[in-house]
Amino acid sequence: MACDDRPLLSARGLTRYYGRILGCRDVSFDIWPGEVLGIVGESGSGKTTVLKCISARLEPSAGTVTYDTRTDGPVDIHRVSEPSRRLLMRTDWGFVHQDPRDGLRMAVSAGANIGERLMAVGARHYGQIRETATSWLGKVEMDTGRMDDLPRTFSGGMQQRLQIARNLVTAPRIVFMDEPTGGLDVSVQARLLDLLRGLVSDLGLAAVVVTHDLAVTRLLSHRLLVMRHGTVVETGLTDQVLDDPQHPYTQLLVSSVLHP
Amino acid sequence: MTRVSTVAPDGGYTFAYLDEQTKRMVRRAILKAVAIPGYQVPFASREMPLPFGWGTGGIQVTASIIGREDTLKVIDQGADDTVNAVSIRAFFARTAGVPTTTRTEDATIIQTRHRIPETPLRASQILVYQVPIPEPLRWLEPREAETRRMHALQEYGVMHVRLYEDIARYGHIATSYDYPVRVNGRYLMRPSPIPKFDNPKMDRSPALQLFGAGREKRIYAVPPHTEVRSLDFDDHPFEVQKWDQACALCGSTASFLDEIVTDNQGGRMFVCSDTDHCDARVLAGHVGSAAGDRDPGGA
Repeated sequence: MACDDRPLLSARGLTRYYGRILGCRDVSFDIWPGEVLGIVGESGSGKTTVLKCISARLEPSAGTVTYDTRTDGPVDIHRVSEPSRRLLMRTDWGFVHQDPRDGLRMAVSAGANIGERLMAVGARHYGQIRETATSWLGKVEMDTGRMDDLPRTFSGGMQQRLQIARNLVTAPRIVFMDEPTGGLDVSVQARLLDLLRGLVSDLGLAAVVVTHDLAVTRLLSHRLLVMRHGTVVETGLTDQVLDDPQHPYTQLLVSSVLHP
Repeated sequence: MTRVSTVAPDGGYTFAYLDEQTKRMVRRAILKAVAIPGYQVPFASREMPLPFGWGTGGIQVTASIIGREDTLKVIDQGADDTVNAVSIRAFFARTAGVPTTTRTEDATIIQTRHRIPETPLRASQILVYQVPIPEPLRWLEPREAETRRMHALQEYGVMHVRLYEDIARYGHIATSYDYPVRVNGRYLMRPSPIPKFDNPKMDRSPALQLFGAGREKRIYAVPPHTEVRSLDFDDHPFEVQKWDQACALCGSTASFLDEIVTDNQGGRMFVCSDTDHCDARVLAGHVGSAAGDRDPGGA
């Protein structure tokens, strides 16, 4: 059974090669219930590879990912049967893509996008699905009058909110986010971050946020993993890592941020 | 006019056109399809002497199951006298020499495009559907590998997304043909483009129902007495089409009606889409509002 005295998800010795090219090597960490972990690093440092491996979207070349399920206790997500893994992916987990078009069904309305996961787990009452979708639109601060509009008529920020609502509707316990604020302008970014921070703390979600934007991690994450060339070079509490970076690469990363 | 007609077969063809090895291959696919209701079995679809999309799948299935003692009926949109139906009937009359008929009761094999006959089918009959697109998830999920996985894992929630979208846009489930069904509580199936009016006829039908998709190279089946349930929502249950008129020729209020434009002044009439059913009713003395416009049995 799931409980609070062991990590929700733990990665041990995660290694992934793309042929001869290294994706990530020997990455280990734990995520506890309700904790937000940030993974930062430059492009090509293996952040997204790690995220894909721990969210079962990519099989690691070596290493294990253990997830503490609600019913069966800890399981190795790359060893369990495909049906149970896919069930986890659409109930217990959420995945927020950088580009909302990867995570949304663009040809169906916002309401249907939010309702999809509910219908996938067996909701068959139109009125209730719609009610839930309305309340989630409200929670992500969207106009409920746009429920029946197609996502392509939404702005980038709204699409990203919709994607978040769509993921959270089945009350997942962990959300994986790949550059959730990438491609948005700063004011929209700020509001989205505010929203994410509120949702994460209100719902007691655990989250893994991959980003190259240190400001995002500063705001969202409790703990930080700094990656470079596929390996973790530094890890610690966010403020500690950002305010007192130890590794030369982290120092470089922190010092390259502009302070207007 | 006699309803059952026999034509002398053309020499030089194998019985029912397909060679025996091909028929065995198709029959093997059919057996597997019957064993797994609703599952799409791949088969090596052959080139037929008519284009894909004109019923090549149905023809191959019919050719593989037809025997000398069979009587064949072919309908297209319910009618026995449209081009597709006439050509396919003539094809089997010439290549197999089997008797053909327009009467549902007399037929042992009925090949159909877009309708199920109004006359209830018997246990000794086989209904063969011509299927354009066999995959019910096709317009929702473009990847074939992924749709197969979804079938394997019964991940059918996305089909309800489509129905949800219908209700959100039109206030009711507007899908009116090719309405998705669940066969035997397991596989999601596309019943070929029959109107949803016909969906209830598939449920626990005593006749064997075979589906052939020639271009897409798939065969699937609903064995006799198998549950076929149309998808719906608890608060928007499945409903079939209704008309506020009766058939203008036979006065039927229980059959699927076609709207026919009769002149350039907006004149129109509703008549049964199943011509055999309509004719039989007219012969039995039923009359509609436009009775006399059509010569019964003149199809």
